[in-house]
Amino acid sequence: MIEIQNLTKDYGKIRALDDVSFTVEKGEIVGFLGPNGAGKSTTMNIITGFISSTSGTVRVAGYDVLENPVEVKKHIGYLPEQPPLYPDMTVSEFLDFCAELKKVPRREWKSQKKDIMELVKVTHVSHRLIRNLSKGYRQRVGLAQALVGSPEVLILDEPTVGLDPKQIIEIRKLIKALGKKHTIILSTHILPEVSAVCDRVIIINKGRIAAVDTPENLSRKLSDFSRFTITVAGPEKRVREILQGVDGVKEVSVGGKPAEDETSFIVEADKDRDVRRPIFNQLAAAGYPILELKSMNLTLEEIFLQLTTTEAKEAV
Amino acid sequence: MLAILRRDFRSYFNSPIAYVLIGLFICIMSLFFVDSLNAGVANFSSNFISSMSFMLLFIVPILTMRSFSEDKKSGTEVLLLTSPVRLSQVVLGKYLAATAVFLVLTAVSLVFPLVLLIYGKPDGATLFSAYLGFILLGMVFISVGVFASSLTENQIVAAIITFVSLFTLTSFSYIGSYVGGLVGKVLNWLAFMEKYYEFSAGIIDITSIIFMLSFAVVFVFLTVRILERKRWSQG
Ligand SMILES: Nc1ncnc2c1ncn2[C@@H]1O[C@H](COP(=O)(O)OP(=O)(O)OP(=O)(O)O)[C@@H](O)[C@H]1O
Ligand SMILES: [Mg+2]
Repeated sequence: MIEIQNLTKDYGKIRALDDVSFTVEKGEIVGFLGPNGAGKSTTMNIITGFISSTSGTVRVAGYDVLENPVEVKKHIGYLPEQPPLYPDMTVSEFLDFCAELKKVPRREWKSQKKDIMELVKVTHVSHRLIRNLSKGYRQRVGLAQALVGSPEVLILDEPTVGLDPKQIIEIRKLIKALGKKHTIILSTHILPEVSAVCDRVIIINKGRIAAVDTPENLSRKLSDFSRFTITVAGPEKRVREILQGVDGVKEVSVGGKPAEDETSFIVEADKDRDVRRPIFNQLAAAGYPILELKSMNLTLEEIFLQLTTTEAKEAV
Repeated sequence: MLAILRRDFRSYFNSPIAYVLIGLFICIMSLFFVDSLNAGVANFSSNFISSMSFMLLFIVPILTMRSFSEDKKSGTEVLLLTSPVRLSQVVLGKYLAATAVFLVLTAVSLVFPLVLLIYGKPDGATLFSAYLGFILLGMVFISVGVFASSLTENQIVAAIITFVSLFTLTSFSYIGSYVGGLVGKVLNWLAFMEKYYEFSAGIIDITSIIFMLSFAVVFVFLTVRILERKRWSQG
């Protein structure tokens, strides 16, 4: 649905995007993740034809953005970083205006407008001036604007910014539901958001793609039992000695004492070595039973930091 | 394009700007009106409408200063430029919206000739031709104003650029006759004020109409080019 090849964008001497390539399949929800200034908004502005790229190609629904901008724009609903709203219009007038711009047939528009307003829950403010709406409501009207004309592709730049926690959950649900009919790219800094709604994550840092995978795979790939908690019945000091004695174990620390004679340890081991078997054998030989062994999966947050900080080191 | 035209037109009347402009225009013109009545009904058209045109130098910059800067500020520029609408249609919509407000102002100013009917019978043909000239001049001025507003994000700067360019353009005919030579010829040729004076004297010349309309078209076209260039260079 969306094919991006070798996209590069220079702002004067600043390279905002450096050779970015990825594709998004029909019906996918892809999360664009990256720290401030990574180039998320820049990429989105290029896909939607708002700004031009320095080099590289963007195709949406088979049309090239440069050759066929109007066709591409017909297929896209865009919610930019700053929701594009006319403060001197009411919500209802504004959506009518958008429908006219996007050439939605009159007959369809009436029912579509009702659906959209209910979907993003702005029906009860439809006759208020946008100027007088709160930030969260403006964000929702911005989202409504992107849905006008029911475009196949939705590009949402930080769609949940400025919403209260309850709204955030609702909007995520909405995006998830929209994903059944639309292809969606959304950008965010909020990692749980990505695991909550996205089929795939693209982590971007300093204008380069750092990783592309499903949220689950990313967590798994980078954790690999390098770090786990183990709860053992036995004297703390003795068990610790045994754990530290296992080849490959780097660090052992006490995580807690769930009961009188039980201790939880946090064990860090070499990434490319499975130390679980030797630990089991040695503890069993010593007569201290393992009660629990649990991998401490890295959260997306930790992965994100790991990826973006190592990238930064390489760049230096 | 119609959507943008309608929206911008309403936005002029949603803010005080259109009312203030029309109100001020009518107030000041009332003073001129009394003055030109003293000069006699016969010369009304040329006298009075020339002073109306003089007022355009101040009115048009204020009318057009927000055409593009407003959208930049509210972020709606993104909406317009990512909609399946050509850039030329966006510009034309904005140009015609400002022109429509100007036409409302022109319509309101018709009260003056109507009042005149009480005192005597002005020459209908001259009046018509003078008004036609006034409208064409307004359309040329607005095209310059819209062009200026595409150059900068700052409304005040846009207004000042517009005023200065209009002032320079209107003085071309004077400068032209001083300079002489090729430059003088070019300036004279560009001097749409001359053409405008013909109208107020009651002469309707098709070439003048075409000249002034082309002038407006060229500036609208230049505006499109400027906006395109801007997007290509800095993004
Ligand atoms: N108009 C511009 N002129 C010059 N540089 C720009 C412009 N817009 C963006 N940049 C630069 O391009 C880089 C990428 O910016 P971009 O807005 O795409 O980041 P982002 O990932 O959206 O960040 P954020 O999370 O803060 O929204 C930044 O270094 C920024 O300074
Ligand atoms: Mg951004």
